[in-house]
Amino acid sequence: MIIVYVETDESGATEMSREALTFARSLSEAGGGVPIDAFAAGELPDGLLAQLGEYGVRTLHHAVGDAVSAYGGGVWGAALQEARAAAGSVVVMASGTPRGNEVLAHVAARLDVPMAANVISFGGLAPFVVTRQVMGGSVLEEMRLDQRPAVFSVAGHAVEASPAATPTETTVAELKPEPAQTDLVARVASREAPPPDLSGALKTAKVVVGAGRGAGGPNGFDGVLELAELLDGTLGVSRVVTGAGWRPHHEQIGQTGSRISPDLYVACGISGAIQHWAGCSSAKTILAINTDAEAPMVTKAHYAVIGDMHEIVPAINEEIRRRRG
Amino acid sequence: MTNVLVCVKRVPDVSGEVALTADGQGIDTGQLGFTISDHEACAVELAVRIATDTGGTATVATVGPAEAVEQLRNALAIGCTAAVHVVADTAALGPADVARGLAEVAREQDLVLLGTDAADSGDFQVGIRLAHLLDRPVVNGLSTVEVQDGTVVARGDGPEGPETFRLPPPAVVTVMEGGVEPRYPSVPGRMKAKKVPIDERRPVAAPAGPNRVAYTLPPPVSSDVQILGEGAAAAPAVVDLFERIGVLSK
Repeated sequence: MIIVYVETDESGATEMSREALTFARSLSEAGGGVPIDAFAAGELPDGLLAQLGEYGVRTLHHAVGDAVSAYGGGVWGAALQEARAAAGSVVVMASGTPRGNEVLAHVAARLDVPMAANVISFGGLAPFVVTRQVMGGSVLEEMRLDQRPAVFSVAGHAVEASPAATPTETTVAELKPEPAQTDLVARVASREAPPPDLSGALKTAKVVVGAGRGAGGPNGFDGVLELAELLDGTLGVSRVVTGAGWRPHHEQIGQTGSRISPDLYVACGISGAIQHWAGCSSAKTILAINTDAEAPMVTKAHYAVIGDMHEIVPAINEEIRRRRG
Repeated sequence: MTNVLVCVKRVPDVSGEVALTADGQGIDTGQLGFTISDHEACAVELAVRIATDTGGTATVATVGPAEAVEQLRNALAIGCTAAVHVVADTAALGPADVARGLAEVAREQDLVLLGTDAADSGDFQVGIRLAHLLDRPVVNGLSTVEVQDGTVVARGDGPEGPETFRLPPPAVVTVMEGGVEPRYPSVPGRMKAKKVPIDERRPVAAPAGPNRVAYTLPPPVSSDVQILGEGAAAAPAVVDLFERIGVLSK
């Protein structure tokens, strides 16, 4: 028995939650077809149930009531544990998002069992061994999960979300959790209107010009901005850049930013950490510009130019202008 | 007055390629410096601000090897007022062990700050396990934390937009980088930090361990990259490529 905490947005289960459900299905198949349940709390989007059916979910455990009127990791964790106990699940999963990891950690702490964050695959079932990302994905760790329930989150893009061959009729089991005061006080107290989604252009652009640490500072983007304009494209940046406050977050490409799939991605001064690669690997053609010929972005790219982006990009811009006359 | 505990972990400072020890049980740190994660650096900054604003204390704690005193001194240099060192071999500990190691230290404090996860082990659970041991409320992944009229106010980005949590102390908050700029230590700060006595303790229980089988490195990706040239001289070849794949409108 497997239970998966499913996060939702207006369209249904999030992509990463569908990835976790897909991972759960391969685990279920390896275990001889054990049933997969889902857990969700609060208001749910239309069509979620049909979507869970497509992913082979037997029962959706739906937490309702005043306790889940606002998100709290402790409340969600308590409710998931209640659903898990009711379903008799021996595996508890979520996607490796901030909330997925948070809710699972509450379950693991309550039951005093280990938890593995950001798992990408599993090996044997007895003992149950998972492989997970550590050190930002540059190292993998094989970890044993001997105790039951086995608690783990699935790293983003470890598997591709795909529905089951035969859909299931998903039933709903409601639960009304009554969490402790300690959990209730740690719920969202107020929420501001989300900032407008400015990343739309990035996700649909045919050309994306990316810049990373190599930009050197907030004033190092003139060349790449001009190149983006010359190619009718959009600027994207790495996490280093938004982390340093050089550019706004909505321009970020990667596991915690936007996933892009342009015809051309020009990655300037970006080393190509695994989180960034997760966001740009769908580009049809990748050109890396980097001083380090051994940088992952260079070795994974289709084309590369070795050198300083501040010399190369202006030269490219100049060449484009020259050819256009 | 809010007394704050901020928890940090000594981790290898890796920005480039990582090598493993021969037995696959650790990172080869022979050539590496050590640091704390960006999340923890922000947590230290927040702890110092809260202690200053409320007239309380900011204590830094770590569970780690003897050398981790370097990370404690760095936190003292930017304004922490006391330091607790639970001396232990980090490699033999799992996240539940670290939480247990911190629990006795944290019990005396009004507010405990940690990073969301350590930069090396990426477990995403020490703060939550600690809160459960202490039976205290915990919120996660917040970028600013203040104490207003005795209430802990923590703000961060949720999946649907900016969120605010308000919780009564004693409480635990895990911090995500991005809300504050960690300050650099001043020279007088460093001098002062050298004189602060470190409260050394031993772990109270035998560790359960990390359940680690071994570390491995991800398989290298075979490179079919075509190098178009070096430096500005490669510009014509780049623009040729743009023309070939049809992204250069006339």
